[in-house]
Amino acid sequence: MALTPQDVSRIAHLARLELQEAESAALLPQLNGFFSIVEQMSAVDTRGVEPLYTPLSTVQQVALRLREDRVTESNQRELNQRSAPAVEDGLFLVPKVIE
Amino acid sequence: MTNKLVRGYEIVIGLENHVQLSTQSKIFSGSSTAFGAEPNTQASAVDLALPGTLPVLNRGAVERAIRFGLAVGAKVAPLSIFARKNYFYPDLPKGYQISQFEIPVVQGGKVEFFVGDKKHSVNLTRAHLEEDAGKSLHEDYHGQSGIDLNRAGTPLLEIVSEPDMRSGAEAAEYAKTLHALVMWLGICDGNMQEGSFRCDVNVSVRKPGEPYGTRREIKNLNSFRYLLQAVDYEVNWQIDQLEDGLAIQQATVLFNPDTGETRAMRSKEDSADYRYFPDPDLPPLMIAPEWVERVKAEMPELPAVMAQRFQDVDGLPAYDATMMTQSLATARFYEAAREGCGAPKLVANWVMGEISRRLNAEERAIDASPVPAMTLAALIKRIQDGTISNNAAKQVFEALWSGEGSDVDALIEAKGLKQMSDSGELERILDEVLAANAKSVEEYRAGKDKAFNALVGQAMKATKGKANPSAVNELLRKKLGG
Amino acid sequence: MSGLDPKPLHQLGVAELGRALAAKSVSSAELTQHLLARVTSHEALGAFLHVDADAALAAAKAADARRAGGDTGALLGVPLAHKDIFVTRDMPTTAGSKILAGYRSPFDATVLARLFAAGTVSLGKLNCDEFAMGSANENSAYGPVANPWDAARVPGGSSGGSAAAVSARLVPAATGTDTGGSIRQPASFTGITGIKPTYGVCSRYGMIAFASSLDQAGPMARSAEDCALLLSAMSGFDERDATSVERPPQDFHAQMQQAREGATAAQPLKGLRIGLPKEFFPAGLSSDVDKAVREGLSQMEKLGATLVEVSLPRTELAIPVYYIIAPAEASSNLSRFDGVKFGHRAAQYDDLLDMYKKTRAEGFGAEVKRRIMIGSYVLSHGYYDAYYLQAQKLRRMIADDFQQCFTQCDLIAGPVAPTVAWKHGEGKDDPVKAYLADIFTLPGSLAGLPGMSVPVGFGEGGMPVGLQLLGNYFQEGRLLHAAHALQQATDWHQQAPSGY
Repeated sequence: MALTPQDVSRIAHLARLELQEAESAALLPQLNGFFSIVEQMSAVDTRGVEPLYTPLSTVQQVALRLREDRVTESNQRELNQRSAPAVEDGLFLVPKVIE
Repeated sequence: MTNKLVRGYEIVIGLENHVQLSTQSKIFSGSSTAFGAEPNTQASAVDLALPGTLPVLNRGAVERAIRFGLAVGAKVAPLSIFARKNYFYPDLPKGYQISQFEIPVVQGGKVEFFVGDKKHSVNLTRAHLEEDAGKSLHEDYHGQSGIDLNRAGTPLLEIVSEPDMRSGAEAAEYAKTLHALVMWLGICDGNMQEGSFRCDVNVSVRKPGEPYGTRREIKNLNSFRYLLQAVDYEVNWQIDQLEDGLAIQQATVLFNPDTGETRAMRSKEDSADYRYFPDPDLPPLMIAPEWVERVKAEMPELPAVMAQRFQDVDGLPAYDATMMTQSLATARFYEAAREGCGAPKLVANWVMGEISRRLNAEERAIDASPVPAMTLAALIKRIQDGTISNNAAKQVFEALWSGEGSDVDALIEAKGLKQMSDSGELERILDEVLAANAKSVEEYRAGKDKAFNALVGQAMKATKGKANPSAVNELLRKKLGG
Repeated sequence: MSGLDPKPLHQLGVAELGRALAAKSVSSAELTQHLLARVTSHEALGAFLHVDADAALAAAKAADARRAGGDTGALLGVPLAHKDIFVTRDMPTTAGSKILAGYRSPFDATVLARLFAAGTVSLGKLNCDEFAMGSANENSAYGPVANPWDAARVPGGSSGGSAAAVSARLVPAATGTDTGGSIRQPASFTGITGIKPTYGVCSRYGMIAFASSLDQAGPMARSAEDCALLLSAMSGFDERDATSVERPPQDFHAQMQQAREGATAAQPLKGLRIGLPKEFFPAGLSSDVDKAVREGLSQMEKLGATLVEVSLPRTELAIPVYYIIAPAEASSNLSRFDGVKFGHRAAQYDDLLDMYKKTRAEGFGAEVKRRIMIGSYVLSHGYYDAYYLQAQKLRRMIADDFQQCFTQCDLIAGPVAPTVAWKHGEGKDDPVKAYLADIFTLPGSLAGLPGMSVPVGFGEGGMPVGLQLLGNYFQEGRLLHAAHALQQATDWHQQAPSGY
């Protein structure tokens, strides 16, 4: 299977990346080159194999560790917002959100 | 079941409810979930998705999900998976929402309720844990929106029903029952104004017997009244479309309470492809049977179980029993009053009648009723022992409600509503009545039973309704018989 | 400099410096001064992205004061520098990306906080490939890094700045991160020693995520002993990371010194079975690397180890599997860089959508965009099962292959990379070709196993060659022990690039 320029622009939109003509043109063969080495993967029979989402589950059952329900954070707004592009009245400002 | 059709169409409704869980801290961080703080003062580095931060799951949120699962007879999954739902939106700090996709924590279950006196049962597909988003404030900041992320990361239980409902009324009743249940379980404060309990309603219409039509999802309804209005408008809009030969496009719509109309959301247009995948920051959630057992042991008696008890022990009809378990407060009120007077059915009648009528009118909750359970019990006692008639009791109730007084007997005295129990006095009046109505007496003796009723009527009038009717009957027959 | 040590201060490793500081033959302040001067005089390497001399000196004086107050500790007063992928409260953090230019984190990464608490002095932040994506450090928005052995060559990546700084003796050791080989490969390319521990041994909190199920922090130094000292301080359970392994603190230095059963002074590795996967020695392996690696292995044989052939049949598959999983996770991890809460925001845009697209287009470099595209694609509707799910299943098969091997051997060994460090610019035009060069480090990363790179001589152009050692889960002690034994008997790790 080969990607089309349409695939590239669809994915770029999904990923919120503005691609210049030249970039898209360069990306297409690169992505297709990549997916050509991916092909060998599909040949392997993986029926009945459990996906390995977290490495240690190879040798042991890995269970999610839980937090106790306690408030441990205090107000750090000033510190947390010190690298924010646009803030007013403690709010992050963004171009109008239309629902 | 026979479904009411609207303009020849069957309505198909399924609900998705977002229930904010009543934890102290957020689902993946130690920030407070308290409502109404200054913007972004309860948004920690984790909630803001600052680089390098990671989520750690709140045990309290899982515990509440287990509670709900047990309450609706669902399967509490021993293993469930958190997944990332990827999309860009300013109120979604990470660019993905941590939710559950393929394997949710609560699977199946059902919710039962009455519409009128007809019992309905709605199956649940699932209930899963996820994080709430922040808020976009739309008041204008020089043409921009302000983002407050205090709500981001508040734990949500999203409860998804099967498309089992066939009318707006059923949908509203289902939502009310769910709302009552989560409060009953103490897993949600139920505050709909603050968004603690939100309804998304999937609506489609079809000609009977046809496959499901295309559905539109009405998002974020925060009142049962709006739910009814929105469904009503949406149903007719969809039927209009179809009648005009137009196809329904799947869409997410918003309800505008001012216009009473629904309109498609623009922002959701291209969020089709969420690229779900298991969150590598969160290994599988394992819930051991021991944990489920512990939660089960701590569960309050469930409404359905309590309703059954009210039928079996108190002898209430099924409908009354369900009404008495609409909320924990109602149940407590009923049980207290019943203890006080020992007349379950009478208590149920009063609660379903006068009390709820007045409460609804004044939009009060039953635990704020001006007539407390024990006072109602005292009033009912007086009806039972024949001290007052039902009509008199209503007058006393009015006085109690309006705050004219708080002691039942004192009010009966003051209003002179006591039924005449002194038979000497009654005999004297009856003799006068008989003397004054010789004609009727003759007719009665001649075998005209109607005449007897006339005499009773006269007697009641002469006693200004204070006489106990049965006592009047008895005495009259004795005198006439003699 | 003071003290009787004949070696100049910058030639001393962490352990030696610890001893010198303990003996008060040198103060942390003197040491820090000396190294800061070297950092300045070798700016041309491009290893440092940020240096804070004043803060470093203040920290050094504080360490000296602690020592004067009777405080000890192997790392007290030892200067280090840190890969700029770890967030820091008092220094900027860029992750080698324009999108984080000028970013200030409100907190320190757990791994660094622990090193700071141990009294180490931070000289600054080190260059790396943007978001740790690369194997040549040519994907940094802040310029390339020269390999101290040959400025015309790359230092490897993504921890290229760390590798160059340690190799050039600007710091005795540095932190790095390894997702698909980013500690082992640059260590190999610059002739230093690095270890990537078992997944979950070091906290990922405060380490800017590339691929969450693969990322691990680790030390890069000039000896296994120095790595052991640092790893002991860096590692340990962290309640802020749900994938952090819950277990007591480990003393890897003690584990490193733990003598093997039946070992002798002459044969410290007696009874150690080293497995050589035949797939790690393919025809394509360049002869200089093959020669050096085999020389290192025969040294280990002399020390009592026995070599056994094993097989990792899915070694080649590790490339597509890794380059599906890592970009998929990255595409999601990098969504938070949207110009709303922090970092770069485009100056001009029409609306919200346009702001997102321009901000990310301006902020991310070519390789990062490429991986975001790959990751978004393999997760997108209709492709998930064929790519991501299939890759995760193969990942388990690859991990199971290792368990099979470990029934026949105690450690696995092979080359770190098929070649020595290549010239700047080579392979830049063909990113996919660069992916293929990761073949030997990817399998261990996918399995989450601990791995090391240990210098075992020199190849083409006099460039260093590293031996890769892989252990089973939580076998860091055994790895360090073997590497230490080798380094006690050889001096490859002590070779410094000329001029440094």
